[in-house]
Amino acid sequence: MRLINRRAGPVSRVTLAALPFVLVGLAYASASAARLAENPQDRVLPSPATLLETAIRLMTEEDRRSGEILFWGDTLSSLTLLFSGVGIAAVIGLCVGLAIGLVPLVRTSLQGFVAVLSMIPPLAVLPILFISLGVGDASKIALIAIGITPFLIRDLAARTMELPQEQLVKAQTLGASTLSIALSVALPQIMPRLLSALRLSLGPAWLFLIAAEAVASDSGLGYRIFLVRRFLAMDVILTYVAWITFLAFAIDWLLAQASRRLYPWAEVRT
Amino acid sequence: MSFVTVENLFQSYGRRPILERVNLTAHEGEFVSIVGASGCGKSTFLRLLLDQERPTRGEITVDGQPLRGEPDRSRGIVFQRYSVFPHLTVRDNIVAAEGLSRPLGRLFGSVKRAARARAEAALERIGLAHVAEQYPAALSGGMQQRLAIAQALAAKPRILLLDEPFGALDPGTREQMHGFLQDLRAETRMTVFMVTHDLPEAFKLGDRVIVFDKTRWDPHDPAAYGATITYDFDARNGGIPYQLQEDQDDLERDEDHPVASPGRPADA
Repeated sequence: MRLINRRAGPVSRVTLAALPFVLVGLAYASASAARLAENPQDRVLPSPATLLETAIRLMTEEDRRSGEILFWGDTLSSLTLLFSGVGIAAVIGLCVGLAIGLVPLVRTSLQGFVAVLSMIPPLAVLPILFISLGVGDASKIALIAIGITPFLIRDLAARTMELPQEQLVKAQTLGASTLSIALSVALPQIMPRLLSALRLSLGPAWLFLIAAEAVASDSGLGYRIFLVRRFLAMDVILTYVAWITFLAFAIDWLLAQASRRLYPWAEVRT
Repeated sequence: MSFVTVENLFQSYGRRPILERVNLTAHEGEFVSIVGASGCGKSTFLRLLLDQERPTRGEITVDGQPLRGEPDRSRGIVFQRYSVFPHLTVRDNIVAAEGLSRPLGRLFGSVKRAARARAEAALERIGLAHVAEQYPAALSGGMQQRLAIAQALAAKPRILLLDEPFGALDPGTREQMHGFLQDLRAETRMTVFMVTHDLPEAFKLGDRVIVFDKTRWDPHDPAAYGATITYDFDARNGGIPYQLQEDQDDLERDEDHPVASPGRPADA
């Protein structure tokens, strides 16, 4: 049988999917064990047991100075910034993308402008944001929003333009105005596209968030990682990285579920 | 009295002529089938009637009024595909025919309930009541087209334009759709223009079959000339063309008045 025709059975499916994770875990465990055998004080590759211990300590023990559990405080702070930035970007991206995709005059005026904007490296703008908005939350939210809005605008504009011309003509023959076409024909149909575009832009959003936190902050997941780096606290860093990965994965999964629940018609379209 | 008048219509895309010197008058309530080879401007003509695009030259008037530059509620359309809204359930697709003309594109409160009840009745009549809650993608091709026609009619247009509405359907479904369309037409008596590739269908449904073709043909440059209406058949009378009908009338007249000229009409 050809390789392209072979599918995994129920058992081998789980095995195959788990394999890369297991392999990476094993590789880490053996490398860590080798280093620790040479030098029990080694901090670069802490043993899995140490990692687990650290994770439990981080998640349950209060900070001696502030009396708060820093781990959850960092998580809350980072997620607030992330959702604010992504939320602002989503609203702007949706409105502007819809307008560019649906209204030729807006398209003529803004398409080139957005194309140029999207070429500005957002991290290069970060100093400007810090100078103009201060080093507080506003500049970090702005960085995330600036970083992903151009992509959202361009993607949603393209999706809007992909709507069959027939539908727009049909809506006009039913007496629809531009506004009602935008609200009742185009908007509902690009909402699932917005969710999938958001899923794609979550990666960059996390990147901008952690970069901004690393540069200037007093809490947040990225801040903590860059703080403990000075003490070579690999156990803390690895725990935080795993936690960020988990959060990003969970948000992605939730968005996928939301899309499936809210827009069942988008799934069956061929 | 003529309802739709097409006068000396030309349409070209860039330097490529599509239609040349198209003239047509249709009465209110007439069913005009449009046939012709692929790429001879049938669909372009339909788009011009719909006012989706403007002609290069010439004018179309409906009820004495020139078209205003964009589609509106007076002319409904059913395309071969993509005619219904995929994000709305079958019932909401019918409701949309009333709701889309509102400022926000939707209905609220009691008006909405009344529209839903009317939609329910319409679905009952076209045999789609049992799928009212489903999305169009779950429907067969024939059901989707029935929905598309019902949706177009729910806006009560004076003219219905059909662009190969049954082109993607199997022969059995097509037959059913013919019956469905004939029933609807008997009820509403609206004017219909239908583009089709299927000659028997054109003659079966139409009162009139017009043929688009190129009258001039350059073998070295097939796109050099546009198409126009080359035949205009009366399809009511078992498909005997106007021209032959006129010839027959002439013959009868000749018999009444043997001295009259035996010459054929110039446009035969």
